[in-house]
Amino acid sequence: MSMKRIGRLIAAVLIAVLAQGAAPAAAQQPVDLSFYYPVAVGGPVTKIIDSFAADFQKENPGIRVKPIYAGTYQETIVKVLTALKSGEPPQMSVLLSTDMFTLIDEDAVIPFDDIATSVEDKAWLKSFFPAFMLNSQTGGKTWGIPFQRSTIVLYWNKEAFREAGLDPNKPPASWAEQIEYAKKLTKRDASGNVTRWGLKVPSSGFPYWLFQGFTTQNDVLLMNQAGTETYYDKLAVIEALQYWVDLSKVHKVMPPGIIEWGTTPKDFFERQTAMMWTTTGNLTNVKNNASFEFGVAMLPAGKRRGSPTGGGNFHIFKKSTPAQQAASLKFIKWITSPERAAAWGIDTGYVAVRPDAWETGTMKRYVAGFPAAAVARDQLQFAVAELSTHENQRVTKALNDGLQAALTGTKTPEQAMKDSQREAERILRPYRK
Amino acid sequence: MRGRAPSSNVIGWLLVLPAAVLLVTFTHFPTAATLYHSFFSTAKPSRPAVWVGLDNYRNMVEDPVFWQVLGNNFWYTLATIPLSIVLAMLMAVWVNGKIAGRGLLRLSFFTPTVLPMIAVANIWLFFYTPGYGLLEQITGLFGLPSHNWLGSQSTALPCLIVVTVWKEAGFFMIFYLAALQQISPNLGEAAALMGAGRWYFFRRVTFPLLMPTTLFVLINAVINSFRLVDHIVVMTKGGPDNATSLLLYYIYDVGFKFWDAGYAAALTLVLLIILAAFAMGQFLFLDRRVHYQ
Repeated sequence: MSMKRIGRLIAAVLIAVLAQGAAPAAAQQPVDLSFYYPVAVGGPVTKIIDSFAADFQKENPGIRVKPIYAGTYQETIVKVLTALKSGEPPQMSVLLSTDMFTLIDEDAVIPFDDIATSVEDKAWLKSFFPAFMLNSQTGGKTWGIPFQRSTIVLYWNKEAFREAGLDPNKPPASWAEQIEYAKKLTKRDASGNVTRWGLKVPSSGFPYWLFQGFTTQNDVLLMNQAGTETYYDKLAVIEALQYWVDLSKVHKVMPPGIIEWGTTPKDFFERQTAMMWTTTGNLTNVKNNASFEFGVAMLPAGKRRGSPTGGGNFHIFKKSTPAQQAASLKFIKWITSPERAAAWGIDTGYVAVRPDAWETGTMKRYVAGFPAAAVARDQLQFAVAELSTHENQRVTKALNDGLQAALTGTKTPEQAMKDSQREAERILRPYRK
Repeated sequence: MRGRAPSSNVIGWLLVLPAAVLLVTFTHFPTAATLYHSFFSTAKPSRPAVWVGLDNYRNMVEDPVFWQVLGNNFWYTLATIPLSIVLAMLMAVWVNGKIAGRGLLRLSFFTPTVLPMIAVANIWLFFYTPGYGLLEQITGLFGLPSHNWLGSQSTALPCLIVVTVWKEAGFFMIFYLAALQQISPNLGEAAALMGAGRWYFFRRVTFPLLMPTTLFVLINAVINSFRLVDHIVVMTKGGPDNATSLLLYYIYDVGFKFWDAGYAAALTLVLLIILAAFAMGQFLFLDRRVHYQ
């Protein structure tokens, strides 16, 4: 390359840079929004998101939304926080609702109350199921908007129920019935080996979430709303764990050891278990793969019914221009409108996040043809917030380790929960002032 | 003539420069930065990083999970290395001989290496599934009771060791195969004339001639036993109760789940020291005992 050409190149670059700098002066530049989202269930989720973004752009030519598929929930928060630390976070992202405290502590996000100030906006903030807002609000502010949310439900094999002499249309409604039914459903061969288990409650990866089903049913909470305290060693929590452990240890209706989350639906299809607890997000999966008649029910009641919520919220990032924040709000309002919330729920199996989405024509028709889809919604009135505190992943791991120790029999439930609580106390101490 | 010396010096430096820049940017600088950060607390928007001296290391000594993870890694290394090396050598000697279907056999031994670890882990996850997994179907034929392989603390780590050995042995086999083909057939003929048995020939001729390859494979195996954690993410996530968590996986947990950069830096330094010690030992001690042709 000759010196002359290099000179010309430099000049061209300079002009381009100057033009860029001058651009904002020329009014009505489109607002660019980058939007990170994770995929945690099967199906063509990326296509659905892309078409949402394209439709939104058609209606709002002044805004360009660039959806970026960022992997699992865990990978997405890693990407978001690394981008944040290098100074260029996205304008918005869908992240686990339980990451709220982490995002606040990193000073990454803004509360929606700061930008959703009109009367209409305030009404919109109140339009979601209250159960989903428990994980989206703290300190009197709303930090996340529910988008892809779920709860735990019970799936049962109606054929197996018939075979065991149970009413195939009556799932267990209480803890006692759950054990009684599971005993009848557990099948052993001549040499005493189990060929079909009564019940499987997965315990790999994130056992705390399933455990919250048991604790809620035993009418006890695991943490406070401020995210600074945990109650792992309360008597009612230990009782709940004892019930879970005894399902395999005493009643022998659930396999011993850790039950893999990922293979549990397959165990159900393979008739290895007659009942299972798993997310509503698996509904479409089960519907497509179960070769027998199945039912979906709310989790059985202990002292009360109960399940934690789960899944992801929308967040808006602090390091954006006011125009970008306003545009992000516009997009989030658009994508959580009743019609689109309904369409999203039907396509993915997530619970449509607002009551009026269930009143739309498409949703009514869907539920009429497939009543199981409404079970998760009906359970919401009994739902509690998913475990979330400051230093969330570390505090959660303290509980996970204790649960797995108890389930594999290396610690008693009491010892395990005391150890978990001690560890959680140590981590959370700096956050209590 | 005098003026030449510095210029050839400069050329030398220029030749080294690209490699040196890469090494400094991606190896030496990160190492020094890790050491530096391990003496600071983790920065949070509300409280910036402050000098904490050896606090991160003190925490480490008191952290039971760290010791458990280190123990796990010890057993994992101790089991995977000899198993995969012996298996690789056996496979190489076998497919080096003149047997029917040799190409197919070599291909099938090498296949695990070509597959991505994540895919491998997903396949093995279903092998180990209680009830209808491949392993259970085999043990079921003999009327053995069902066992939760990945779900109990005593068998989870051995299960991961098997996956690693299966994955690595084929890769190491390629090196042994190449080395075996370098050995002159004259040696075999001469030994046969002298009346040496096959085992004697392997022990006294083949095995010593393979030593340089073994050293190379050994170094790779040690590094891999600390480096490969992909299957843990898929198969156990370090559970049950940290029974399958290895050092690198724990570093990921601390660094990217707990966002405790200071502690993660200290842990990384421990990993670095362990690997450096291994490499040093291998090059300084074993190298002397290896016979190069």
